[in-house]
Amino acid sequence: MDRLVLLVSTGVARGLVIALFALSLVIIWRAARIVNFAQAAMAVVAVYVAFAVEAATGSYVLAVLAALVTGALLGAWVERGLMRRVSGRTPLPGMIVAIGLVMVLQSVLGILFGPKHRPMTPVFAETPLSVGGVPVLSRYDLFVLVVALVVVAGLGLLFNRSTLGLQLRASATAPEVSRLLGVRVPRMVTIGWMLSCAVAALAVLLLVPTELGLNAHSADVLFVHAFTVAVLGGLDSPVGALLGGVVVGVIVSLVTGYASAGLAPLAVLALLTVVLLVRPGGIFAPKEARTA
Amino acid sequence: MTAAPATAASTATAATLAVDGLTVGYAGAPVIDGLTLEVRPGQVVALLGANGAGKTTLLRTLSGLVPPRSGRVLLDGDDLAGTSVEDRARRGLAQVPEGRSVVTELTVEENLQLGALWRHPGRAGRRKAVARAYELFEPLARRRDSLGHQLSGGERQMLALARALVARPRVLLLDEPSLGLAPRVVAQLLGVLRDAARDAGLTVLLAEQNVTSALSVADRGVVLSLGAVVADAPAADLAADPALRHAYLGF
Repeated sequence: MDRLVLLVSTGVARGLVIALFALSLVIIWRAARIVNFAQAAMAVVAVYVAFAVEAATGSYVLAVLAALVTGALLGAWVERGLMRRVSGRTPLPGMIVAIGLVMVLQSVLGILFGPKHRPMTPVFAETPLSVGGVPVLSRYDLFVLVVALVVVAGLGLLFNRSTLGLQLRASATAPEVSRLLGVRVPRMVTIGWMLSCAVAALAVLLLVPTELGLNAHSADVLFVHAFTVAVLGGLDSPVGALLGGVVVGVIVSLVTGYASAGLAPLAVLALLTVVLLVRPGGIFAPKEARTA
Repeated sequence: MTAAPATAASTATAATLAVDGLTVGYAGAPVIDGLTLEVRPGQVVALLGANGAGKTTLLRTLSGLVPPRSGRVLLDGDDLAGTSVEDRARRGLAQVPEGRSVVTELTVEENLQLGALWRHPGRAGRRKAVARAYELFEPLARRRDSLGHQLSGGERQMLALARALVARPRVLLLDEPSLGLAPRVVAQLLGVLRDAARDAGLTVLLAEQNVTSALSVADRGVVLSLGAVVADAPAADLAADPALRHAYLGF
């Protein structure tokens, strides 16, 4: 029983990071109707910068800011310099370019920093707190939880209650009509990318202290899990991403704990398959199709 | 004609819309062929012609969605070449495009807010503009929190029209607003359009297959065939003259 509680709480903690990364995919989907396959590699670049800032200043807060700013800048540069040139009728050219970008980024990072994992001390203690003698979440896990909730709340306010959010949503679902109404749609797409990549960078920054360390491939598995979560949650729903992330995190943890680590990806994909068979739009997607 | 530079803050007075030798489409098969047209401030011009005559292409080119091969589009004498779609809207050139153009994921209120946003970045001004739209289009006020996809066809078209008018454009282009709507709804819609145009002193170019309705609200009728103007006459003349109607409109 103790083992189950531990596995579940570990799963919840891991799941929150997955949820945060999935949120970044939801942002870019809601703002630009696209999935950025280079999200993980770009986030890792931002975290390398954050590492450098923390090494230079000793400040975790500055490292977080560095990750957010670098993520946002990378998002803007990639969107304007690369993605805008290949956006068109189908998403395929964009996907191919993104995958190419991943290869380039990971190769360059490998050349610059080598394959070693660079560890990061977590800003809060990672020892699990005990509730009635049973170890549950650690202070660090609670910190990640708070961050995830703040980001979800912030995104909800932004998308649903601000004029910027209104423009982002309109630009993604009806770009031509929005332009006819004077909305600067290309700018909205760029902003969507910037927000998305900043949140992805934050997610990876929170992930690294719980793993071996940072290297060029640190976020690869995270991307696969987060992509599954985003699709499960309907790609449009921040709450879906949050809940889906926790669910997937728990599944991965339980399967790893009771079966083997190798079966975890299989379990996740099996879940994805089952959900998509029943609800092709994802669990949180609305049932009826929206016609113009 | 000298042109004052149009700014977003310029008063919303009707503008002159002119097209000069416009050619759009492929080299061997232009959709618009050397078209020249002028709509004077405050005029309501019905753009008529069969399917494929080039009405939609013309309107899309005017708004900047399609680049012309040659020729110019002028707003109050200013050449719009190189001006983006959204910047043309911000200079007062609005369009209600063909089909249901309501943003279905947004509510009626959000659609109107979106339309008013560029001219009213401040919340107070925007609220006033949207309130004015509800006065003009009463049925929308009752549906203010409904999502776009929950509206009927007539309500959606009314919303599309209200949304185009909420930022007080200087020129309004409409592409087949009556399509798929019942006659009574069409009459109501065009009536509101005519009143709004008159009150706001708006320049209107109305592309329509519903000839009778269009001519009933227009000052002038321009008939398009194979991408060029073949008739340009006062609306009353076109409506009353069977020979003209038969030759160019087929009935």
